[in-house]
This record gives sequence, C-alpha cells and structure tokens, in this order.
Amino acid sequence: MADIAVNLEPSPQVPIDQDRSSLTQWQLTWRRFLRNRLAVAGGIILIIFYVVMVIFPGFFSPYSHVVQREDFMSAPPQLPRWVDENGTFHWRPFVYGFTTELDMEKFEWVHTIDTSQKYPIYFIVRGELYRLLGFIPCEIHIFGVEPPGTFFLFGTDELGRDLFSRILHGGQVSLTVGLVGVILTIILGSVMGTISGYYGGIIDNLIQRLVELLMSFPDIPLWAALSAALPPEWSPAKRFFAISAILSLRNWTGLARQVRAKILAYREEDYALAAQAMGASDRRIILVHLLPNAASHIIVVATLSIPGMILAETALSFLGLGIQPPVVSWGVLLQHAQEVAVVLDRPWLLLPGVFVVLAVLSFNFLGDGLRDAADPYSN
Amino acid sequence: MAAFISRRLISMLITLALVSVVGFIVINLPPGSYLDVYRAQLMVLGTSTADQQIKALEQRYALDRPLYYQYFKWITGFVRGDFGRSFQYNREVSELVWARIGFTVVVSLCSLIFSWAVAIPIGIYSATHKYSGADNLFTFLSFIGLSIPSFLIALVLMVISSRVFGVSVGGLFSRAYEHAPWSWAKFVDFLQHLWIPVVVVGLADTAGLVRVMRGNLSDILSMQYVQTARAKGLPERVVIYKHAVRNALHPLIMNLGMSLPGIISGSTVVSIVLSLPTCGPLYFNALRSQDMFLAGTFLVFMAIMLVIGNFLADIALALVDPRIRYE
Repeated sequence: MADIAVNLEPSPQVPIDQDRSSLTQWQLTWRRFLRNRLAVAGGIILIIFYVVMVIFPGFFSPYSHVVQREDFMSAPPQLPRWVDENGTFHWRPFVYGFTTELDMEKFEWVHTIDTSQKYPIYFIVRGELYRLLGFIPCEIHIFGVEPPGTFFLFGTDELGRDLFSRILHGGQVSLTVGLVGVILTIILGSVMGTISGYYGGIIDNLIQRLVELLMSFPDIPLWAALSAALPPEWSPAKRFFAISAILSLRNWTGLARQVRAKILAYREEDYALAAQAMGASDRRIILVHLLPNAASHIIVVATLSIPGMILAETALSFLGLGIQPPVVSWGVLLQHAQEVAVVLDRPWLLLPGVFVVLAVLSFNFLGDGLRDAADPYSN
Repeated sequence: MAAFISRRLISMLITLALVSVVGFIVINLPPGSYLDVYRAQLMVLGTSTADQQIKALEQRYALDRPLYYQYFKWITGFVRGDFGRSFQYNREVSELVWARIGFTVVVSLCSLIFSWAVAIPIGIYSATHKYSGADNLFTFLSFIGLSIPSFLIALVLMVISSRVFGVSVGGLFSRAYEHAPWSWAKFVDFLQHLWIPVVVVGLADTAGLVRVMRGNLSDILSMQYVQTARAKGLPERVVIYKHAVRNALHPLIMNLGMSLPGIISGSTVVSIVLSLPTCGPLYFNALRSQDMFLAGTFLVFMAIMLVIGNFLADIALALVDPRIRYE
C-alpha cells in the first residue's frame, strides 16, 4: 500500500464574534436593518416629516395656512436665491417680489417676478400667531421675510393662501390618518386573526367568511360609500377619526389572515404544546407564547399597510368624500388641481402630490427593510 | 374537477348573497336618503298627484314594511334587473348602469392584460439578472409605481400630452364619435383613447406584479429540479421558460384575486380625472348627492365583478395546478 501523504489543511478559523454572540434578537434585527440604505433613508425622511408636519407645522411654515390674501391670489413660487440679477453673490438668501397687473383678456390678476424688489430671508422670525402643539400661542416661525415682502416658497392657491404652509398642515392630517388607521388595523387584525387561528372551528369559519366578504368589495368604492354616509354635521375631529376607522375596517382583513396563518403554525410547536400540558391558560399561551413570536410579522405588515391608507385618504379627499375643507390634507389640496386647464396655468398646485409620493415611497422602503431585517431566512 | 367547480360555485353564491346584504345596508346608510328628500319635495308641492306619487314610491320600496322585507323586495327586483330609480337623473338605474359597466369591464380587463404583459417579462429578466443595473432600475421604478396615486399619474399624463402634443386626452371617444353607432372608424378612435386609462390603471398593478414575479422566479431558480435540468444539459432557455417560469406563474394567478380590487378601485378614481364613461364618475356623483339606489347598484356590481373574477382565477389555478383541486 502506497503511502498516502495527507496534506491536512488547517481548518479555517471561524472567528467568534464576541460582540455579536451576546446580541438579542432585536439588536440583530436592528443591525440588519441599518445595512439597508434605502430603508434607513426612508426612515429618516419619515422622522423629518413627522417632526416638521405632525408635531410643529406652525413653526416650520412661514404663514398661517388659512389666512387669505386678496393681493396675492395664485401667485407663483418664490424661490430663494443667492445670486442676484447682476451676478453678485449674497450670503443671505433673498427672494424677489411681485409686480401685479390685471390681465384684461382673462380678467385676472397676473403676478410676475420683479427683480427690482429684493427681500432677504431671515431665520427665526416673528410672524402670524399660531398655536404650538395645538395650545401654546406662539408667533415664532423658522423663516420668513419682513413685510411688505412675501415669501411663498411653493406659491399660493386661488385664495392667496400660502401653499407651503398648507402642505405642512395637510401633512399633519394625511400622515396621522395612516397612523391612527394602522393602530386600529393592528388591534382588529391581531385580535380577529388570533381568535380565528387559535380556536378554529365555527368561530374561525365565521371570521374567515367575514374577511372574504369584506375582501370582495373593491377598497376605494367601499370606503367612499361608508364615508359618504357620515353625517355632515360631525366636527372635523370626529370625521377624521371616523375616516381612519373606515379605512381600517377593510384593512384589518389582510393582517388577520397573516396572523391566523402564523398562530396556526405556532400553535402546533412544541413550546406551545408544552405550555398547554403544564396547564397554562389560553390567555397566557396566546399573550406570552404565540403573539410575541408573531410581533415582528405584525409590525412589518402594519408598516406596509400605512402607504395604502395614505393613498386612500388622498384619493377620497381628492374626490370630495374624505376630509372636508376647511381642514386640509394632501388630498384636499390636490382637489384644486383636478382640471388640466388649472394645472397648465398653475403647475405648482401639483406639489402636494410630490409629498404624497415621498411619504408613501419612504413607508414602502421602510416596510421592505423591516421585513428583510425581521426575517433572517429571507434572501 | 366538477366537484371542485361546484364547491366553489356554491361558496361564490353565498358570498354574492352576503354582498347584496352589504349593498342594501349601504343604500340605507345615509341618515337622510334622497328618497326622503324627494318625498319632502313632493310634500311641499302638496298636489293631489304628489300624494299618489309618494304612495307609489312607498309601495315600490315597501317603505312602510320592516327592513328585511324591504331587502327582500329590493333583491328580488335586483335579480330581475330592476335596480330601483335614480332620483338625481329621474331615470331607472338599469338604464344608466349597463353601458357604463360594459366599459368598466373593458378598461379593467385591458389593464389587467397590460400589467401582466409588461410585468412578466420584466420579472423574468429581473430574476435572471439579479442585482444587475437594469434589475435595480426596475426595482426602483416599481417602488415608485407603487407610490404614486393613479389619479396623479393620469393628471400628469394629461398635462404632458396637452402641453407637448397639444391634444386633450379625456374620455374614451373623440367628440365626433361619441354618439355615433359602432363602426370600424369608431373602434379605431376608441383604441386610440383606451390606451391612456389602461396604462395608468395598469401601472400600479404592474409594479406589484413585477415584485411578485421576481420573488417567485428567484425562489424557483434555486430549486433542485432546476439544477437537475441544468445538469442534464438542457439549454438555459428551456430551463428557464419550461421548468421555472411555468411554476412561477402559479402564485401570480393566485395573485389575480389580489390585484382585481386594486384595478377596479384604480379605474374608478382615474376615470374621474380622465372623464371616462365608466362606473367611477357616476358612482362618486351618486354618493355625493346620496342617490343611493344608483350608488348601491354600482357598488354591488363592482363586487360581483370581483367575485366572478376571483372564481375564474380559482378555476384557472386548479387547471394549471392539480393539487388545488384536492384541498
């Protein structure tokens, strides 16, 4: 027998990541999440959106969103500039004023940018009174120009209201509708899904038929029918919550199905059977053993259902069946841009749509990133 | 197969019955219905015919009877094609809905075909060229497609076409053909108008489908039978199209049930911006003026379309995937 020279290669050292081995499940998820750049970017944009629009819209907008200005109806956007008409550079940005003249053919006021009037932009200025957080009277705004100058970053609507301020205040409503709706969705969806999956039998059957029934209506027409039935005399706040509730009324079905599938699978796992054998109550098994396992899944499905709600609110309000003026939401603002002739004339009225797309895109990226991070077996 | 179809048929009929109950609830939902308004109007007039008209209305809708009797009366009429009366247009609802439902079905079907025709090739390309430049671009585009409200796309398209090409693109017909009888020229005109709503409605769905197709196919490409097919020397084209793509299509058919609601919803909202002669504009108008028989009829019909679509999708799935039949 010939000698066999066995060349034993040293097995590659598997580095033991001391740091990593002591991380909890959530910390690992967080690490995986941070690696997804788009998801992180989406998260950051959303944090900015919620801080600027939901918490401090009054501070970040230069004007009140309801004050009408007869002299500045349908004024075009005034963009901040650093270089003036002579090519001189200014450290402090400024805006040009308007000259307004009457167009005798169309019989409307036409505003044109007038380079002879220059208004420097100041930061942290006093302006119109608003209520910080809804109850503290305050008149400090983050930026503005001194009167008689005006600074309409996104132009004004046909009543002379500052569109930028209106977009921020509209965001407050549009972004919270999704959030309130999703909380209701999570509650309804996980309760119904858990009951359905855990108890099975006739209750399961009934809930599944209900889900099928709700799913056999196209969403926006059903939402429209329900919100059309809201009494017109309801206060804006009541209407707002009613619309969030209506949105989640159909939306919980998707989540309930997913939770049911998860609970069905987990119910048969050894640890659930063990808990049952030890005499744990149903409540304990569900709350301690089953739901925490499904939690990451619920969060992901919920995050991914927020964009649908924002889009739905926008569509409903756009059709005049959702949030009603004088309350503003992005959909309400887009109502002004319903006709092509108007958009051709004043294209800046489409800007609220850009914010809708940004918010929805960010939620989609965030939800996608969360899903990949929460599921170690994906990819 | 026959057993499967009849089982699905029965459950579809039960769903339809429940759908009609919801439809009836929606009709009766608004506190002051149009019928009340109409009755009040007639009362004010106070002529002798007004009394008779109110009597006739009450009798027709059995308003003095309990709610379940009203429902029964409404649904038996509904099945026979009597959908009640539109008070806003002062015409029978059945005169108003049929043509519009026809166009809605056409627009929805074409959008569906469009989105599949676009999404499947892109999904196949993306899955077979994962993380390539084009794949990343498609992924990004499909995210954007999912994030833009369809009515906004419609608006932007209309603005572009009237600014760049100088043509307005609303409607499904040019003015010359609107009331003309069907002819070859009218059909061509129809096709020229049809593509914009089809593309706009289909786009959001396309974006979702691309992601589903890409995910499915890349899962299947890592299966062992694909490896076997490659190992026995089959050309890559056969491996992908005969072995992988075929199986990746199943979830897509299942997904049909998911994409139908979106397409019908999308077409209702888009049709307002594009002023199409479909259900959408009339439906939302009816809701705003609480013309509830008209609105309820549209809602029930949209649900019927969806339920039938799901039924057909289930049968299609059972045809391509025998496992489904024995569940």
